Amino acid sequence: MAPPVLKVDNLTVEFPGRRGTLRAVDDISFRIDAGEVLGVVGESGAGKSMTGTAVIGLLEPPGRIADGRVELEGQRIDNLPHEKMRRLRGDRIGMIFQDPLTSLNPLYTVGFHLTETIRTHTDRTEAQARKRAIELLSEVGIPAPEQRIDQYPHHFSGGMRQRVVIALALCAEPRLVIADEPTTALDVSIQAQIIQLLKRLCRDHGTSVMLITHDMGVIAETADRVAVMYAGRIVEVGPVREVVQNAKHPYTEGLMGAIPKIGGRTEDLVQIRGTMPRLSQIPSGCAFHPRCPKAFDRCRRERPDLIQVGQSRAACWLHAPEHAGTGASGDGHG
Amino acid sequence: MSADRPTTDPIHRPGLAGALARGLDSDIFHSFKQSKVTMLAGAVTAIFFLAALFAPWIAPHDPYDLASISLMDSFLPPVWMEGGDARFPLGTDDQGRGILSTIIYGARASLVVGFAAVLLAAAIGVTLGLIAGYLGGTVDAVIMRVAEVQLSFPAILIALLIDGVARGVLGGDAEGNLAFAVIIVSIGLSFWVQYARTVRGSCLVEKNKEYVQAARVIGVHPALIVVRHVLPNVLGPVLVIATISLALAIITEATLSFLGVGVPPTQPSLGTMIRVGNDFLFSGEWWITMFPGAALAILVLAVNLLGDWLRDALNPKLR
Amino acid sequence: MIAFVVRRLLQSIVVMLVVALLAFSMFRYIGDPINQMVGVETSSEQREELRERLGLNDPMLVQFGRFVADAVQFDFGVSYQQKKPVSELFADRLPATLELAFLSAVFALACGIPMGVYTALRREAWLSKVFLTVSLIGISLPTFLIGILMIFVFSVWLGWLPSFGRGATVDLGFWTTGLLTVSGWKAAIMPSITLGLFQMTLIMRLVRSEMLEVLRTDYIKFARARGLNDRAVHFGHALKNTLVPVITITGLQLGSIIAFAIITETVFQWPGMGLLFLQAIQNVDIPIMAAYLILIAFFFVLINLIVDMLYYAVDPRLRVDRATSSGH
Repeated sequence: MAPPVLKVDNLTVEFPGRRGTLRAVDDISFRIDAGEVLGVVGESGAGKSMTGTAVIGLLEPPGRIADGRVELEGQRIDNLPHEKMRRLRGDRIGMIFQDPLTSLNPLYTVGFHLTETIRTHTDRTEAQARKRAIELLSEVGIPAPEQRIDQYPHHFSGGMRQRVVIALALCAEPRLVIADEPTTALDVSIQAQIIQLLKRLCRDHGTSVMLITHDMGVIAETADRVAVMYAGRIVEVGPVREVVQNAKHPYTEGLMGAIPKIGGRTEDLVQIRGTMPRLSQIPSGCAFHPRCPKAFDRCRRERPDLIQVGQSRAACWLHAPEHAGTGASGDGHG
Repeated sequence: MSADRPTTDPIHRPGLAGALARGLDSDIFHSFKQSKVTMLAGAVTAIFFLAALFAPWIAPHDPYDLASISLMDSFLPPVWMEGGDARFPLGTDDQGRGILSTIIYGARASLVVGFAAVLLAAAIGVTLGLIAGYLGGTVDAVIMRVAEVQLSFPAILIALLIDGVARGVLGGDAEGNLAFAVIIVSIGLSFWVQYARTVRGSCLVEKNKEYVQAARVIGVHPALIVVRHVLPNVLGPVLVIATISLALAIITEATLSFLGVGVPPTQPSLGTMIRVGNDFLFSGEWWITMFPGAALAILVLAVNLLGDWLRDALNPKLR
Repeated sequence: MIAFVVRRLLQSIVVMLVVALLAFSMFRYIGDPINQMVGVETSSEQREELRERLGLNDPMLVQFGRFVADAVQFDFGVSYQQKKPVSELFADRLPATLELAFLSAVFALACGIPMGVYTALRREAWLSKVFLTVSLIGISLPTFLIGILMIFVFSVWLGWLPSFGRGATVDLGFWTTGLLTVSGWKAAIMPSITLGLFQMTLIMRLVRSEMLEVLRTDYIKFARARGLNDRAVHFGHALKNTLVPVITITGLQLGSIIAFAIITETVFQWPGMGLLFLQAIQNVDIPIMAAYLILIAFFFVLINLIVDMLYYAVDPRLRVDRATSSGH
């Protein structure tokens, strides 16, 4: 069987600082298969962006990968020398960021961005690259691409710019695209369009996506599987429908309960007591235990591994085999 | 408000003692202690400062007491060279004055002018900045326009011009204290702009905050609002600017004195001495210029380093 | 675009008029022009007659108008000290100062920019630390001290370079240049470096801090994520974005080079405008002071104008294309 597009094992990202070392990502493991969209969801500060940045090798010092492996199509990439990793970026693994305005250099035309990226990864002449650039612009839905190719980023609206950014990320046909909050900076009405575009293009090109966002609605629409992150750890991972409708981890339950639903009975929105802990003050054992309504003694002492429950896996001692049957698992809403 | 009296930890003591304890415990002081270079700079500045303050007691001789100098002692080289005299460790100048003593007194003149000019510039700048920021409208526009125009001219030019004009108005060779005042005013007037702009910026930010608006609604006098609320927030950046402009002020004064339009010849500063010594460079008495020059360079370098450190320490973005 | 230029031009004219007013006030009110022009034996009737003839009793506005009209035609009166027309003295000295300023600017840019880029890209290299230390010294040493030090080392001690004057110059009619003779170049080296050192330090620090800022932006991150090589990222993107504000700020600094020339010219006895101005201050020679003020203001205003236009030309965001600004 072909190796998964992305395989991450025990990844740990640390920031040595003046007052001790902070762990932004703590021993996480996951995989993404060919053509699949993995959503990575969690609050701000949960470590989602850091994971994406670490995978593509763009961590800024003093941040560093302290432990673990990252494999792209079976090849280990976390320990590659600078130049080798550079070649992979854009070509086999791409990334798009949150703010399309600041992702593009205001002094260069959109066309220049495209042709320079195309020519970095393929062997085309300037004229051929330009032709390809116009094709790409049209593919992402920019009208009149022959004129717009010579315009500057500030001539485009937010949604249009994000389309250009997507075009740039996909122009060398990478196997995996990491999308870090791609719609957060856009108007709600545009968000859906961009998400649809991303989904369609990735399906057409067979590209896998790691979709990082704090918006569960986007995940529910777009992802095949979803990983829920909390305080630098993955607390639950599984098929989207399972996780959304049948959350196994108390934190995920809380997240789902906090989403307002149109058309449902009007109930009070569920609030999870407290806030996510700061990186310098992560609790012992299960990081969620101070806020968890179902916490018990073991939760305070030992950090749970991801335990298989049905089609998902959850890092919660409630699902440990010794615990099964005590009625603490399963019906989704606490 | 918390009603419980905290522990006897000195940090919690009110008043000056508490402030001092907090100061010594603060992040800023820690960062000061961490950088050896900064501590060295601080020490050097302190030495200069103290030497200038206690000049009459520290200096081996008073070089400006005409009775104590003798032409027989002129042009003596530093003590470690042939012909040197232990009475004058750094040599003597053309009038027989000990270079070490003239450096100490010269530093005094330089520091006095420097500090006074910075204080003047800060006073003018902060006041105008507060007025411009708080009142807004035409007052603001006028002040800022003037500031902009002045900013495009280098300080030295402005100082020169004011100096020249003052000479013209007050007559050719203004004597003694008048000349001091003139140079302090000309340097001070060329530096106020930085303060004004920064203070105005802070003022604009604070002005829109709710507590200021609340105070206005209650009817607190605008001047009081400004002094009690805006001023404390502004002191940090002003301190940084002050340290940096101290270095600039000292350089400007030295330059003006070197050019012959600075402090009066009766109370020479380091710049004056460099000018005097310059004439003797070619005839071999290099120490008359080089030692004051070195002293000036070290002083300014130390002040600059302190300013750099202060700027980094007070920069919220780097914390 | 046109509206922009017109507006800036008007602003410049206003500034010039204000400066002219200052210069005029200096002229008129400091000292008595009549006393400067005649000897002690002249009777008071003759002085009064002279005053009348020169129009010194006319209303203020008329005199100011005349002053401005004269200034525009480069007539700044006669120097009190040297008894020659000011414009003649200026014309004599201007080439020296301008050449010096030009050479210093070239030095400052040619050294400052690469040094700044290097210290931004290779922050840990020991050469970077050396550069930064040099820069600290550069802004701490007053210009005149640098000059004296250079003279001491290269003229007194090593005897390689002359310590004063311009060397042999070539008269090209309206311009005298020192750049066509070997001795001219030798004489120009130390003054240019002295004058340019402060600017070079400023430029280096500016380039460094701008570049460090730029390297932290999202578009640089995205450029890396797209797999562009280091050269494209550092020079194609980061450097270009860094230079935009740097060049414009440097342009503004150019004006201060002309002012700092006063000091350098004094130290090296370089026969330029700065030296002339300094002597005028020492002798309270008002016509020269006033004229210098106007001339410097003119240079500054001109440079400011050019820099503003440059900014406009270089940054596409400032050029609002009405036709294509609507996009969705």
